[in-house]
Amino acid sequence: MSASAELWLLMLGCAGATYLWRGLGVLLSGRLEPRSALFEWISCVAYALVAGLIARIIVVPSGLLAQTGMMERLLACAVAYAAYRLSRGNMFIGLLGGVLFFAGIIYLRGAIH
Amino acid sequence: MNPAFRAGAREAFGVPAAILGAGFIGYGSLVADAGYSIWLTLAATLAIWALPGQLVMLEMHAADAAVVATMLAVSLSAARFLPMTLTLMPMMRGEKRRSLWRVLFAAQLVSMTTWAVTMRRFNGMPVEERWHYFLGFSAVCMSAALVSAMVGQFLIGALPPLARYGLALLTPLYFFVTLVGEARDRSTFAALACGAATALILHAMAPGWSLLGAGLIGGTAAWLLRRADVRQR
Repeated sequence: MSASAELWLLMLGCAGATYLWRGLGVLLSGRLEPRSALFEWISCVAYALVAGLIARIIVVPSGLLAQTGMMERLLACAVAYAAYRLSRGNMFIGLLGGVLFFAGIIYLRGAIH
Repeated sequence: MNPAFRAGAREAFGVPAAILGAGFIGYGSLVADAGYSIWLTLAATLAIWALPGQLVMLEMHAADAAVVATMLAVSLSAARFLPMTLTLMPMMRGEKRRSLWRVLFAAQLVSMTTWAVTMRRFNGMPVEERWHYFLGFSAVCMSAALVSAMVGQFLIGALPPLARYGLALLTPLYFFVTLVGEARDRSTFAALACGAATALILHAMAPGWSLLGAGLIGGTAAWLLRRADVRQR
């Protein structure tokens, strides 16, 4: 099988794996108790997995970001979060602050080298 | 056009679409970097419609992870859709009976953004209007995501390197700020911290399984911590 066909199949598999939860939610509407232990466990696993993903992209990225420094990426996160908080939860200002800081620090380091 | 549909579309055409757009421009630039075709990018956005899951798939495929591990990790990252559709669908039910197929279709449109905004707006909105409002809102969000993913994918080559770095960081940054900034309770914080730590430790040992392990081990650890915390009080 070609690499591209394999990737398409993987994508369709992932789409089905995602839809499973959506469909299940529709079918169970009103039956699963949102305060149950199972429900709590599922949401903990979901949050931990997404956090793991973001941690991996920021700390040990692949592709383009792998050419940037870890300190730069971590600081950009801190700046984005601080800007988000200081602007009372404005996502635009948070992201703009983080990205501008990131580009700026890469530019400055390039100029120094 | 139904007025509630138009109202939903109009409201999405602002901050929600712009935030989603920014995320998907970042996604487009990441997949261009990984060598995806534009059709695969668009199809993945429509069919998966969950940026974290799309990123899990991208990352794990790049790390040569097993197909089963990738599908499991994507599925686990999408577990949040269960509570989302569970809570959203009953709010749109009302008097009018809709076929199961239409409700199952609407479930595909649910995303972190559409869920958060529509759930908040549904309070004080007549039940009959909610369904159309949700469809209008979702239609604009999805269109914005598709256009932005395309822009990101095509733009990336034409941009100066500095802008490319900035865009590549945009999506992880968006999720970082959303997750940490919107986490309301301690168990969510515990799950985020445990998941991040577990993923990084496991990455050194078995990269292909690190996300799955982060979810199961980190999530279970956070859940146990929370239970112990509740029992103590």
